[in-house]
Amino acid sequence: MNRQYIIRRLLIAIPSLLGISVILFGILAMAPGDPFEELATNPAIPPEVRMALRAKFGLDDPVWQRYLHWFAAMMQGDWGFSFQSRIDVDKLILQRLPVTLIVVGASQILAISVAIPVGVLAAVRPYSIFDQIASTFAMIGFSLPTFFTGLVLILVFSIQLDWLPFVYRADINATGWAFYAEHIKQSIMPVVVLGLAQAGTLVRFMRSSVLDVIRLDYVTTARSKGIGERKVIVRHVVRNALIPVVTLIALQLPAVFGGAIVTEQIFRVPGIGSLLIAAILANDTPVVMGVTFVFACLVVLFNLIADILYGWLDPRISFR
Amino acid sequence: MNEQELRRLIGAVKHGKLSRRGFAQRMLAVGLTAPMATQLLAIAGVAHAQPKSQYKPAKRGGGGLLKVLWWQGPTLLNPHFAVGTKDQDGSRLFYDPLAAWDPDGNLKPKLAASIPGREDGTLAADGKSVVWKLKQNVTWHDGKPFTADDVVFNWEYAKDPATAATTAASYNECVVEKIDQYSVMVKFAKATPFWADAFVGTRGMIIPKHLFADYIGAKSREAPTNLKPVGTGPYMFKDFKPGDMVSGVINPNYYENNKPYFDAIEMKGGGDAVSAARAVLQSGEYDFAWNLQVEDEILARLEKGGKGKVEISPGGNIEHIQLNFTDPWTEVDGERASLKTKHPTLSDPAVRQAISLLVDKDSIEKHIYGRTGPATANFVNNPARFVSKTTKYEFSVDKANEVLEKAGWKKGGDGIREKDGKKLKFVYQTSINQPRQKTQAIIKQAAQKAGIDIELKSVTASVFFSSDVANPDTYTKFYCDIQMYTTTMSQPDPEVFMVQFASYEAATKENKWQGRNITRWQNKEYDDNYKAAQSEVDPVKRAAMFIEANNMVINNYVVIPVVMRPGVAATGTKLNASISGWDNNTWDLSDWYKDA
Repeated sequence: MNRQYIIRRLLIAIPSLLGISVILFGILAMAPGDPFEELATNPAIPPEVRMALRAKFGLDDPVWQRYLHWFAAMMQGDWGFSFQSRIDVDKLILQRLPVTLIVVGASQILAISVAIPVGVLAAVRPYSIFDQIASTFAMIGFSLPTFFTGLVLILVFSIQLDWLPFVYRADINATGWAFYAEHIKQSIMPVVVLGLAQAGTLVRFMRSSVLDVIRLDYVTTARSKGIGERKVIVRHVVRNALIPVVTLIALQLPAVFGGAIVTEQIFRVPGIGSLLIAAILANDTPVVMGVTFVFACLVVLFNLIADILYGWLDPRISFR
Repeated sequence: MNEQELRRLIGAVKHGKLSRRGFAQRMLAVGLTAPMATQLLAIAGVAHAQPKSQYKPAKRGGGGLLKVLWWQGPTLLNPHFAVGTKDQDGSRLFYDPLAAWDPDGNLKPKLAASIPGREDGTLAADGKSVVWKLKQNVTWHDGKPFTADDVVFNWEYAKDPATAATTAASYNECVVEKIDQYSVMVKFAKATPFWADAFVGTRGMIIPKHLFADYIGAKSREAPTNLKPVGTGPYMFKDFKPGDMVSGVINPNYYENNKPYFDAIEMKGGGDAVSAARAVLQSGEYDFAWNLQVEDEILARLEKGGKGKVEISPGGNIEHIQLNFTDPWTEVDGERASLKTKHPTLSDPAVRQAISLLVDKDSIEKHIYGRTGPATANFVNNPARFVSKTTKYEFSVDKANEVLEKAGWKKGGDGIREKDGKKLKFVYQTSINQPRQKTQAIIKQAAQKAGIDIELKSVTASVFFSSDVANPDTYTKFYCDIQMYTTTMSQPDPEVFMVQFASYEAATKENKWQGRNITRWQNKEYDDNYKAAQSEVDPVKRAAMFIEANNMVINNYVVIPVVMRPGVAATGTKLNASISGWDNNTWDLSDWYKDA
């Protein structure tokens, strides 16, 4: 792998991240609202307290000054602190990150492990009954929003059948197997909701990609050489068909973090998505900046990973 | 109700002819709060009621895990920084005030050994000082004893402007002195009928001196104990993830015997109100859910699940309609709704009266709010038998028509009434919230029948309730004719609440619309009465003045009360929890238990 290429890509990422941070900060500064709004509507809290807090947290400074202040601190690894909880933003994010990674990661693994075999099988026998069923489910999967499927699952599995809890608890008072069992039990619904929404798109993509490749001459050649059908599909077809799918997965991953925001809200999963929502509602600028900046970094990172994976899947693609 | 009548009633309670509760209800009917009523009795020398404890468990612990759901989880656990009730509720797991307000507005001692009263001389006759005697067997969670020094420290901590404590208002006006190791005296510069504010209820939780003494003032944010509370409460701190989870374990040294019942507590945050209600009422996953501002129809349906019940706790919050007294459509000196203008049509009392006749409160209660919003003529809902004289509401399109006709507002060709070329056309704004939009529609429909044209406007809550000076759609600017929202009465005393009708408090450009008087009603009589009430030494006279103030607002149609907004919570069928509308939901957490 070309080290120079990676370094150059990382350097290019710096100005884009800078630009993102300026735009984010600007939009947040322009948006209506005030982190101490709740204090303003409470008649028992004197306005001086709110004014003192605003002055203390530097909210009365001009926007550009606040941005430079934030930027300078960020350069030194200081993410600032939340206006709401007065806790350092990096601590808040680190508290929430593991849960998001577990839930989003599990849902991605579920989506990939369902979508790729189903997509390939559907493409190998196009317009068969299996293909029809798979396509129908894929259609349902990506057209139903997660807040809908989430609610349906809750109604069926929590309310009617009473099998699964619908409130996710990060702290579970149990050890050993019971701990894992509880965690798996409460993760099933959010992971399935997120995973199936992803799988829907992936199945369609995988299917059309395999269909494109399977008609190519080299596949016919491979078959005529007498290689078994299974081997043709796995070694020759799938590997090439995966290229566009890998891009899709890599580019969609940050979007999945975004999609997880809704799912996290429904199941009360304490991930960074729910942190972001709460921070936006409370006009907690440092936290919103911190979380969105993490998302921005993820987008840049996964773009890079997608590009590197290309080279591995298809050595003809060169890096310049 | 005047002063004499008040005195007669207090006398009746003293002689046992009228129950404390009956007295409190009569006070509610004329616009005072239950806590204020019980304070009046205390100053008049009627002993405090000793709230009977319903607590049954015979030993501490053994109740397992208590799971409660706050759909907006606490974001900080220092009670002096609390931004909303969610933070106070969370802090209350670990911290106690000296005394708390029960559902009837009586004080219940927590860290105090007893409630100050005239009988034992702890409450001064002139209302200028009060002595609190503290419990002597209380220790902080880290084993250090709780003493008068801690109480005095909380006063110093909260009143320091550099600390920027949200509790400051309760501590700025008084001086706190230590008398001995277990008693403190709170002194007021002027007679203070409502003395149970500092160290009591929502803003009264006491934090330990030994852990916060180094972090007073500007350094207040850095105290490690902000995130890991060490208090005196029924549960000891275990873990805290802001907005997500507060957990605690039983305090084995809690100062009351056999309490608490539960071995651990988990307060989970996040999500929305409907699904929180569902987790308690329908699936039974949780034992308690807070602040369920959900349509009653939905709650009733979820309740059929049989796993829990809805608890309604009356407080002072009220959904009301405000009428603009200034002209929002004319700009004077760069400011709309300026005090220099007069509303072209709403300044006519007949028009305001007609509008109030067009608010069909009973239908609004019946079809929209149900149990979560009883209709009210006043600032507080009232038992029907007390309605007669001062507080009355009526829905009558015919009467509204009659009033307008008499005042010279004639229907024009388009069916809209007008006089001197001015038409009765209004813009009516509120925040986006389904029950509010439904209420708007009901009123618009009735107004149409009376020849008043109302244009409805709804603004996103985050804009409407913001204090953004640059935004024209905030409720404090009130750049339209009519608006509606819920005003919260976060203090059991009406003094702070009633300031919102004083002329000098008008929200204007000059004070960046921070003035509390949003309708910009100017009335000298009200101001004089309010000022007199503020400096009135005699609590009974003062109460009579507040009743008068309330009548002026209602009879002048400055605002039209619509429905009360009591606290709504859900509890599991087996859980016994007392919820008070005058204090935090967790005010009596030490007494919560489950039936076996």
